[in-house]
Amino acid sequence: MPETEKEEAKETAQRAVLKTADMDPKFKYEISKIPGAEKVMLCFQCGTCTADCPIARFSDFYRPRKLVRMTQLGLKKKLLSNDVIWLCSTCFTCVDRCPQDVGIANIVRAIRNLSVKERDMPIVFKELASNILKTGYAYMIPELRLKKREEQGLPTLPKANLESIAKLFGITGFSKTLEKERT
Amino acid sequence: MPELKYLLFMGCVIPYRISSYEISTRKVLDKLGVELVEMPEFNCCGLPLDPVNHDMMVTLAARNLCLAEQRNLNIMTLCNGCFGTLNHVNKELKEDKKLKEKANEYLKEIGMEFRGTTTVKHLMHVLAEDIGFEKIKEKVQKPLTHLRVAQHTGCHVIRPGKVVGFDDPENPTTLKNLIKATGAKCLDYMDETECCGAPIIGVNAEIPLQLAREKLSNVRAVGAQALITVCPFCHMMYDLNQPRIEKTFNEQFGIPILHYTQLLGLAMGFSSDELGLEQLRVDASKILAEVIVEK
Repeated sequence: MPETEKEEAKETAQRAVLKTADMDPKFKYEISKIPGAEKVMLCFQCGTCTADCPIARFSDFYRPRKLVRMTQLGLKKKLLSNDVIWLCSTCFTCVDRCPQDVGIANIVRAIRNLSVKERDMPIVFKELASNILKTGYAYMIPELRLKKREEQGLPTLPKANLESIAKLFGITGFSKTLEKERT
Repeated sequence: MPELKYLLFMGCVIPYRISSYEISTRKVLDKLGVELVEMPEFNCCGLPLDPVNHDMMVTLAARNLCLAEQRNLNIMTLCNGCFGTLNHVNKELKEDKKLKEKANEYLKEIGMEFRGTTTVKHLMHVLAEDIGFEKIKEKVQKPLTHLRVAQHTGCHVIRPGKVVGFDDPENPTTLKNLIKATGAKCLDYMDETECCGAPIIGVNAEIPLQLAREKLSNVRAVGAQALITVCPFCHMMYDLNQPRIEKTFNEQFGIPILHYTQLLGLAMGFSSDELGLEQLRVDASKILAEVIVEK
């Protein structure tokens, strides 16, 4: 097959047919209730966010415009199970440049939060959460480094209040989310 | 002039991997008459957990803000990420009664209450707004006139523009002016405001490395001798990861990445040891040679 035909065939295959049965008309309202994502319906698909997105430039899959469209269409399952939602680097360029002030990065965050609630989270976040619970810091700072601080004339690193942190993890319900993931 | 006394919010990345930023900041701010108060019992700003649970982020940030309120001090962060998170949450809780009530319900359980009496600043705000360029220039003893550098301001200290309200997110000049105050020349280059990509490196390393490679190429193209940063995450992407970038793309860069406080420290006459320059992954001795020539 000549190159152009191959490309065309690929494109047709990618242009999946959407079925109304896969659309959840209430999904956009579910998302718009999440703080920061209120304006999801205002997006008129101009594509400024994708054009200006540093990640989209280097990814064949991450397209913020598309994530918002999928939200509007109610393609909940497809969206929440798509690993691509984890690629936003939160540079907020889309937030600053959106002519409709939609707050795209916040919508992506809302989608991620929901995906975690209903499905799972990338392992790195479990590690970060576990580190915070254990030490108060997002990273496990090696003992050697803490000792080196003394040599460098730096003050001792404050110890976090782990009891308070554990309580906050509990009250917000995040502990449960983490436990759910483990089982 | 406002009282130059701040609660230092160190965050996690700096004590974990980038202590040269802390070392040089303490030296430089001391010379500028700034008093830094250590922040006992602080915890992670909350940013790393925002993608998975927004409430958890808000609550962790709010707890830090309460600690500052208890001490009647404003917070100063060194990290763009910590600044973005603490500042955003502080502003939202001050403006949104419902959100504040919800946060306080959580905080009550640990005997705290958010009142809205503190302000969050980044090192850059303290330098540019509270201390001021004139005072910084006064303390420069060895102007770095022979040095040509480029700057990377990073995202969370200027974006979202509506929330931060500092500098122009599309054309930030504060760091450029801070660099000029040291006597060094600050060069313009392509895509100065492009993100370093660090926040997603735990999920996908390929894209951040490509972003960082592009940044380094653009910086090299204008002949900058070093890139100046004000965020430990950005610094990590360009300095610690530079050998990895070189290996991945089979391309040599060798561009030293200095914290702004190291650059200013050199101009103030501190030695490279005093500023933790030997801790940088990419050798900065060529830069130092320039500074020594200046002597």
